[in-house]
Amino acid sequence: MWELLKIELLKIFRRPRTYIAFGAITAIVFLVQLALKLDGKSYIDLLLSNLSGSFEFSDEFKSKLLNGYLVCFAILTALLIQMPLLVSLIAGDSIAGEANMGTLRLSLIRPVGRTKYMIVKFLASVIYTIALLIWMAVLALFGSMLIFGTNDMVVLRSTGIDQIAASDVMWRYFAAFGYAAVALTTIAALAFLLSVFAENSIGPIIATMSIIIVFTILSEMNIPFYDDSIKPWLFTTHMVAWKGFFYVKATDDGVTITGSIANLPAILKSLTILLGYIAGFVFIAIWVFRKKDILS
Amino acid sequence: MNRTIRSITRKKRNFHLIAVLLLPAFLSFSFTEAQTAQEVIAQIKAKVEKVNDYVAQGKLKTNVAFIKAPVANVKIYFKKPNKVRIRNTSGISFIPKGSVNISLDNVFTDIDSYDVIDAGRDAKTGLRIIKLLPLNDTSEVVLSTLYIDDSKILVMKATTTTRDNGTYELQMTYGRYADFGLADKVIFSFNTREYKLPKGVTFDYDTGGTKAEENKIKDRKGKVEIDYSDYVINKGVPDSVFQ
Repeated sequence: MWELLKIELLKIFRRPRTYIAFGAITAIVFLVQLALKLDGKSYIDLLLSNLSGSFEFSDEFKSKLLNGYLVCFAILTALLIQMPLLVSLIAGDSIAGEANMGTLRLSLIRPVGRTKYMIVKFLASVIYTIALLIWMAVLALFGSMLIFGTNDMVVLRSTGIDQIAASDVMWRYFAAFGYAAVALTTIAALAFLLSVFAENSIGPIIATMSIIIVFTILSEMNIPFYDDSIKPWLFTTHMVAWKGFFYVKATDDGVTITGSIANLPAILKSLTILLGYIAGFVFIAIWVFRKKDILS
Repeated sequence: MNRTIRSITRKKRNFHLIAVLLLPAFLSFSFTEAQTAQEVIAQIKAKVEKVNDYVAQGKLKTNVAFIKAPVANVKIYFKKPNKVRIRNTSGISFIPKGSVNISLDNVFTDIDSYDVIDAGRDAKTGLRIIKLLPLNDTSEVVLSTLYIDDSKILVMKATTTTRDNGTYELQMTYGRYADFGLADKVIFSFNTREYKLPKGVTFDYDTGGTKAEENKIKDRKGKVEIDYSDYVINKGVPDSVFQ
């Protein structure tokens, strides 16, 4: 299986298009960092505009606020909405691409079971997804820490502000990246499933993105009917649960409790739902593929 | 005999009448303050004026309904007449508007521009209440009320109503630096404005807050507590600190 996986990884990483995603992430992260380095004050003023009536913010405060942790959080918020496209580029191509090139039947001539073949294909997509995420973590987190330094992290939510001491931030990022890996694997699993039904990779990629866009809109809409019925079961609702690691508990008088997570059961529930989606998508993909008449 | 008894009864009645009539006057005389409000203020001013500048170490706790923040180590700088700066030595602290009022020097330096009104004593605490009304109609401060322990010549509580920034309240606890009128602990209460950011901007992870939490967030009162651990008084503070 390992040999098979190595071959699949070799296929993925020898294709130039694989590096489009790495290049795109590098460009986006660098451009955001550059913009914030040059004009971070405007961004901070925008963030604090709602608070300026009650608090006074010195230039020193603003420069401390614009630290590597905040910049990374802003990049992740923006990128984790775009990253599914980059993930689906590879995962959506995994089976459909082979079908398109006419190599799928050839691949299955080898003495490898279809289930094993599918698992290896999926694992290769997951490894690519994790590699992409690690690359983003290195650039967005460590790069921003290098450029902007570190300080307490302030998370601005729609109804409140969570301030986390600098010493209490790093483990949260590791947990958040771990969670994001599962969230993006869900996308990879969806694209992988759709890939089984298609003869070229464009279809699964566009279908994956369409589903994500529709689900994201539904997740962000504040309509009570959807809130209670549909939203809790959309995977896009749970993909942003990585942010939950940055929501902290506080004492009755508002003092942050170090090492706390405001609602860990909610994160675990979201994680379970995403794992359920991954298992469901992969199972259906394998089941369909096993029954499929491979003609190309 | 009967006439004598009637005469004694009448005299007693007259005495009671006189006593009842004179009682308020007697009471009012016995409760007249030993010092006038102006004298108390002058004594506090003299105490406060001993301090030209200070640098103090402290721990700052922010208690605002919509902010969760760790306790911060801060340095508080003061320089006459009214320069105050609270600086977080390591992290970030949300400092409320009007925090310059944590120093009462603001009031006492400029005391001549206020009407000093004696408002008696607080029934519960027995503290002397003195109200300060600005003479200038366009002054930012509309009214200041000081609650003073006149046996120690210390302001224990101050409420300041401003034209644009609502009402501030200061509560002071004194200890080692009481001789300078400097508190060991200050609780600064203030009004906050509503905080809300669009969900489309924050992309929150909705973990489903309870109704009690939602109501708590709507509370518009905020508090900042500063526990002073050390003062360095009159050793000079450069102006650059306040820029």
